[in-house]
Amino acid sequence: MNTQAQQEIIEEFALFDDWMDKYEHLIGLGKSLPLISDQYKTDEFLIKGCQSKVWLRADQKEGRVYYSADSDAIITKGIVSVLIRAFSGLSAQDIVKAPTDFIKEIGLSDHLSPTRANGLVSMIKQMKLYATAFAAQNNA
Amino acid sequence: MCKSDLTCRPMGFSIDNIRADFPILHRQVNGKPLVYFDNAATSQKPQQVIDALVHYYSHQNANIHRGVHALSQEATDAYEAARDLIQSFFNAKHREEIILTSGTTHSINLVAHGYRSLLSQGDEIIVGQAEHHSNIVPWQMACDLTGAILRVLPMDQNGQLKLDDFQNLLNTKTKLVVVNQVSNALGTINPIKTIIDLAHKQGARVLIDGAQASSHIKVDVHALDVDYYTTSAHKMCGPTGVGMLYGKKELLEALPAYQGGGEMIKEVYFEGTTYAGLPHKFEAGTPNIAGGIAFGAAIKYLNSIGLDAIAKHEDELLQYATAGLKDIDDLIIYGDVPDKTAVISFNINGLHPYDVGTLLDQMGIAVRTGQHCAQPVMDFYGIPGTVRASFAFYNTKEEIDLLISGVRRAVSMLL
Repeated sequence: MNTQAQQEIIEEFALFDDWMDKYEHLIGLGKSLPLISDQYKTDEFLIKGCQSKVWLRADQKEGRVYYSADSDAIITKGIVSVLIRAFSGLSAQDIVKAPTDFIKEIGLSDHLSPTRANGLVSMIKQMKLYATAFAAQNNA
Repeated sequence: MCKSDLTCRPMGFSIDNIRADFPILHRQVNGKPLVYFDNAATSQKPQQVIDALVHYYSHQNANIHRGVHALSQEATDAYEAARDLIQSFFNAKHREEIILTSGTTHSINLVAHGYRSLLSQGDEIIVGQAEHHSNIVPWQMACDLTGAILRVLPMDQNGQLKLDDFQNLLNTKTKLVVVNQVSNALGTINPIKTIIDLAHKQGARVLIDGAQASSHIKVDVHALDVDYYTTSAHKMCGPTGVGMLYGKKELLEALPAYQGGGEMIKEVYFEGTTYAGLPHKFEAGTPNIAGGIAFGAAIKYLNSIGLDAIAKHEDELLQYATAGLKDIDDLIIYGDVPDKTAVISFNINGLHPYDVGTLLDQMGIAVRTGQHCAQPVMDFYGIPGTVRASFAFYNTKEEIDLLISGVRRAVSMLL
């Protein structure tokens, strides 16, 4: 089952019938992604496996996980911003369990070559890792 | 130009005939006709090379060098005929100086592995600053094991090696100099003849990584007096997984064997083994037979067009593309020098190469983005990578027009 945010993203991307509109939308999302402070642009927050650099961090407030990220490439920022919308604000437990099929449904994986897709996979993996750590913390 | 009418196409250089030889050039990508500008990563294959692979597996498949049966003999003859074609293409003096490997990386590792026994503590290897990782890491490994020291021959802002520095770096401890003939990241051509002569005066040997050069520039290993020269078939219209190491006979004879196995031995006893002579000493195991034969077909194909005609066409494409791209605001070309092959490594101020490459891909234009396995070059310029468009003789000015308008379109979307 897609989460509500994921369903909204799928509906939003369904509006685009050509690649250019879709990428213009991603670029727009990338440009509007709130930046993370330079102090977090360190190796500790860097996701490996992407052609562009992606820094991702997560905080837990009142039982919900909030992500913030930045990248040196705009399209990557757009992609990570979609992922943040899909997962941010859920409980750690829900993020761990959340499906990731929506990536295919919005046609992103089709347009991403294996190298790039690895970046996407690495981003999701890192988000889930943060959630797993928070969930373990909560249970302790 | 090709001298004999037998090997020349009757109509000379015909781009339409050439493109007709490459089936992949007629496909679509992302709904648009493919524009393939990633030739520095790998070239496309003409039908003649594809046919050679199919013909071998359909009619000649047998293990080589040992069967007494007719098929094995036929396969052996075809494989060894390819070695002869390669020998003549590079003008090596002896056929046994041509070692068939899996590619440039394998060739370099083969020599570097041998040097583990030839280097001593304090010996020095000079490596160019603009090398592919494949021509850095094997030497670092050899240095780590022997206590030899890796010295870096720096390049200037245009990607050209600083020859004054080279003379200062050379000394009696220098055992080996390893540089590329053409930089994969920038396309700049290095003055390898001068480098070889200077190194030899100091008593050092020279290995040239020719992966980016051999299908664009006529290479004569004998005239160059180079000690080791390496290349990959797949950058020369041949298949992947096969390549060449040229080495001077006396040097290859003195170089310790690399991998042990069948083919490379003379006699095997549990008390000890004697090795086969060249080239088999370095060709352990069943080789890439089909690949070797098709490498020969690729050489024949390149000969049929002629490297001079290829270089002329590619240079026209380079000049045309360089002028068109320079018209784009804030576009920076790295290694923009007269002496280069048809490679343009560029960025647009403020834009990430990944973004530009991703959008070009959507338009059916294949370029490479990133560090091009040459991280020190990117560090030198302080950039995350470049967009690299690399042209081959089957590309056209019309395709370059698509690249230029594609880059403009990507810029307008991203800025």
